[in-house]
Amino acid sequence: MIKLDSKVPEGILAEKWTNHKFEMKLVNPANKRKYDIIIVGTGLAGASAAAALGELGYKVKVFTFHDSSRRAHSIAAQGGINAAKNYTNDADSVFRLFYDTIKGGDFRSREANTYRLAEVSNNIIDQCVAQGVPFAREYGGMLSNRSFGGAQVSRTFYARGETGQQLLLGAYSSLNRQVKLGNVEIFPRREMLDVVLVNGRAQGIIIRNLVNGKLERYSAHAVLLATGGYSNVYFLSTNAMNSNATASWRAHKRGAAFANPCYTQIHPTCLPVHGEGQSKLVLMSESLRNDGRIWVPKKAGDTRPPNEIPEDERDYFLERKYPAFGNLVPRDVASRNAKYVCDEGRGVGGGRAVYLDLSDAFKRIGKDGVKDKYGNLFEIYENITGVDPYENPMLIYPAPHYTMGGLWVDYHLMSNIHGLFVLGEANFSDHGANRLGASAMMQGLADGYFVIPYTIGNYISTEKPEKVDTDGSEFIDAEKNVDDTIKKLLSLNGKHTVDEIHRRLGHILIDKVGMSRNEKGLNEAIKEIRELRSEFWTDTKLVGKAEDLNLTLERAGRVADFLELGELMAVDALNRNESCGGHFREEYETPEGEALRNDEEYAYVAAWEFEEVGKWQLNKEPLKFENVKLSARSYK
Amino acid sequence: MSNENLSLTLHIWRQESSKSVGSFEEFKVSVSPDASILEMLDEINNGLEKEGKIPIAFESDCREGICGTCGLVVNGHPHGPLPKTATCQLHMRNFKNGDTIYIEPMRAKPFPVIKDLIIDRSAFDKIQQAGAFISFNTGSAPDANVILISKETADASLDAAECIGCGACVAACKNASAMLFVGAKVSQFSLLPQGQPERYKRVQEMVAVMDEAGFGSCTNTYACEAECPKGISVTNIARMNRDFIKAKFISKEVEV
Amino acid sequence: MGWLWTFTNSSIGKKFVMAVTGLLVILFLLIHLAGNLTLYWGEGAFNGYVSVLDIFKPIIRIIEVILTLIFIFHIYDGIRLWYENKKAKSIRYKINASSENSTFSSRWMIWTGGIIFIFLVMHLSTFWYAFNFSGKTEVDGIEQYYNIVTTWFQSPVYAVSYIIAMIFLGFHLNHAFQSFFQTFGWNHKKYTPFIKKFGTFFAIVMAVGFASIPIYFFISSLGGK
Repeated sequence: MIKLDSKVPEGILAEKWTNHKFEMKLVNPANKRKYDIIIVGTGLAGASAAAALGELGYKVKVFTFHDSSRRAHSIAAQGGINAAKNYTNDADSVFRLFYDTIKGGDFRSREANTYRLAEVSNNIIDQCVAQGVPFAREYGGMLSNRSFGGAQVSRTFYARGETGQQLLLGAYSSLNRQVKLGNVEIFPRREMLDVVLVNGRAQGIIIRNLVNGKLERYSAHAVLLATGGYSNVYFLSTNAMNSNATASWRAHKRGAAFANPCYTQIHPTCLPVHGEGQSKLVLMSESLRNDGRIWVPKKAGDTRPPNEIPEDERDYFLERKYPAFGNLVPRDVASRNAKYVCDEGRGVGGGRAVYLDLSDAFKRIGKDGVKDKYGNLFEIYENITGVDPYENPMLIYPAPHYTMGGLWVDYHLMSNIHGLFVLGEANFSDHGANRLGASAMMQGLADGYFVIPYTIGNYISTEKPEKVDTDGSEFIDAEKNVDDTIKKLLSLNGKHTVDEIHRRLGHILIDKVGMSRNEKGLNEAIKEIRELRSEFWTDTKLVGKAEDLNLTLERAGRVADFLELGELMAVDALNRNESCGGHFREEYETPEGEALRNDEEYAYVAAWEFEEVGKWQLNKEPLKFENVKLSARSYK
Repeated sequence: MSNENLSLTLHIWRQESSKSVGSFEEFKVSVSPDASILEMLDEINNGLEKEGKIPIAFESDCREGICGTCGLVVNGHPHGPLPKTATCQLHMRNFKNGDTIYIEPMRAKPFPVIKDLIIDRSAFDKIQQAGAFISFNTGSAPDANVILISKETADASLDAAECIGCGACVAACKNASAMLFVGAKVSQFSLLPQGQPERYKRVQEMVAVMDEAGFGSCTNTYACEAECPKGISVTNIARMNRDFIKAKFISKEVEV
Repeated sequence: MGWLWTFTNSSIGKKFVMAVTGLLVILFLLIHLAGNLTLYWGEGAFNGYVSVLDIFKPIIRIIEVILTLIFIFHIYDGIRLWYENKKAKSIRYKINASSENSTFSSRWMIWTGGIIFIFLVMHLSTFWYAFNFSGKTEVDGIEQYYNIVTTWFQSPVYAVSYIIAMIFLGFHLNHAFQSFFQTFGWNHKKYTPFIKKFGTFFAIVMAVGFASIPIYFFISSLGGK
């Protein structure tokens, strides 16, 4: 059993962080340069942390598997970033942003963490503007805001549909400045394959150089993981091709608890799967739901083209079931209902897609009006599908998009392994069981710019980690462990390719641990994943050498980890006998078919401790709510 | 969506390592018109792996046209013949049945081939480390609305900042010049009020590193703009030239 | 002056030198063309124009030296850029698609320039030499400039090569004109499209203006004047 101490400070919610910043111990400015810090990952969380820690004077080493630190998948975030600036005078406040976030997360996150996130949100916008991030502006020169799902105020800052790119490039520019000043060193094309523990503390990592395949050892006083989420466990997701869970998973296997793995977000408006050769799914902005109506034929197996299906034979299922919110219900509700109609065989052409129809908008504001608002989305759609969306309704289907679960961390963002900090999507905190739009980038930057610079100093000055040598037995053992895994993978000479196994894992997970889950399906999933895992370790074929650039080997290592993580997702989903946010258990729904939480028994963080492959121990961190009243979400 | 498969002849550049000599390998494929060109390569690789052969090494990540990782030269065009489209967004329906397609890595002396279609673009990072930033420390920023920026200026800056750093400009340029890339980076900051204090220092430092890396000079053919997947304008090169010339003739620093 | 050296050896500095020298050459060409056009006003006008220039010989000599320096810098930097640029792109693509993303004039500057250089040598060794050093500019007290020119242009080989060179000059100028604006950093949404169009118009005017003279005199000579 591990001890889960959330380290949430005492006191009034609004004063916790301010007071705690004073209570935490500091590292003398002149001493900071004596401390080495390793950061893995260069997305918003990793890059901002590296820049901020470099500015403080720490010696930072940053690792990324990309060819450049600018390419992390944060770059693909489209919509925007929330902040409680209240520039629009619509009664926004830190408390409201906090409340919306914790309610949107279905009351499954820590109050103090979520409040702190809302509190520093304003600093993030200031920081990014000072960096030269060209946010959208009004004609008067002020920053422009737009509204987003799950909120009744306009608090989202944006830069066209490329907010993630601009924020990441902002963090990247600060990072570059620190590289020039000699405080930060970047190691591109390196993949972390193990974390090294010395006396129970994280003190280093084992890296594979992806160009020459050599293993490298690095030591430091603290290790930060900012390695993103695990949506790619589903094979098809909106995540980048190389996004993976390996760094988190290897840390998990070294003792870091993995929290709430079953909380995954499936985004409703993505392009449907076109065929078996497809490599990833593409998101279409949710804003289309403002003017689009979602429907399927009433009759199962109706193969008529959409324009030949008369109005009374169409089922506008979201409008029918949720007359108040209609097509604008939250992401999880929209996604789940699309799945249901497709399960009934009423998907477009009997397949897995529903219509997103803007013909009413064409009539109301004309084609030019629609083009003004959504022109660039229509272009993307036509480019990818080859179908003109001005002539035919669009086809959409939900796709895995974000994972709220991740490594367990305390208020200081430290995992239960001392010295191992986890930032951004890789940790479990802040979003609970569901994340609201425009909150992911907020969390990544909050963790990196405004939380970790304080908490890392406290760790160093209270626990006083020593510098360790990479020739020590811990490093040798860890490197051997990595090397053995690589050798084992390369010895496989079966029938299947790595991608084939991954694709099959994805099918199991999306069917049984996807938008809605039930006990029977979850038990089947566990069994099937175990079988698939043993098939992987006996009947896969790998080519190439270890000491070379070997893309197959890279993927194989990641898929091996997904095959273990996938099982834990099912185990966690089976344990959680309630429905909340992205986790919907069919056995637990209201008579109207809505998510039914069980606050009595499940208001806790499920932190899983690794024992051996396929065996975990559950640790519970109870969630206390002192400032918000738990209520059921209703969108009728 | 799907029509009949296309039969294509591919000539793909294979090169074991930076030190070895490469050559084209021919593949005959039948591919769905709905597949992207990278998905076609995925499929070829899956087949190669099944036969125990080394798959074609190529890079891609987001496959949404924003990360800038992919960037193959398809029939002489960086990112293929479709304008304003990254390689990952190039779908096979843009080709005809029976077509022959040449797929090569981007060529430039500062972008050496690592393996097959993977090249080393770290020179771009070095240029940005030289000065593509605004010097200030986290936490010291004033309220965001203290700095007023006209919509026009913010938009122009974003037009430059949209660059995805893929290297297509260098690949398209007959001189392997990186001036569109550097021009865009310089412009993003030199347009904004926040970028003014370091404006002339920045441009000189970045151009110096660009020259050191071995990129060619711009001869204003504008092939870069034509091939850029984000349509970055050569106006940015002009702005960099202007800033640079001004910096050299007006600044008081004798050497930068 | 170290900074100037650094500047002229930087990538942008080299372009700058090309643009400045190119611009000066364009100015020279304008004056040259204006002078040449006096040929159309007949023997008296042209001879008179050349005699006037003769009066300012010392100044002309200085200008010639400056012009030579300008040409040397233009040619030296041109060749240097071409060589360095070629080195930066040592491997070419199997399929060359450059005609789909750039203009002929912009890609062939070194070659159009090269042909103009060959012409320049020919031109200097004929007219310039004849006017200045041949000692044949006066026969019986009558100036021969006009006759020298018209005689040369009666040669089909000379006339045709002159005309071809002027076509290349047109291509060279077509790219050069808008290019120096870009290099100086004068690119503006409002003016650049006009500058590009004007550049092409200017290039055509210059090429046609120069080439019209050999055409006129060659055709006239066929008429058995």
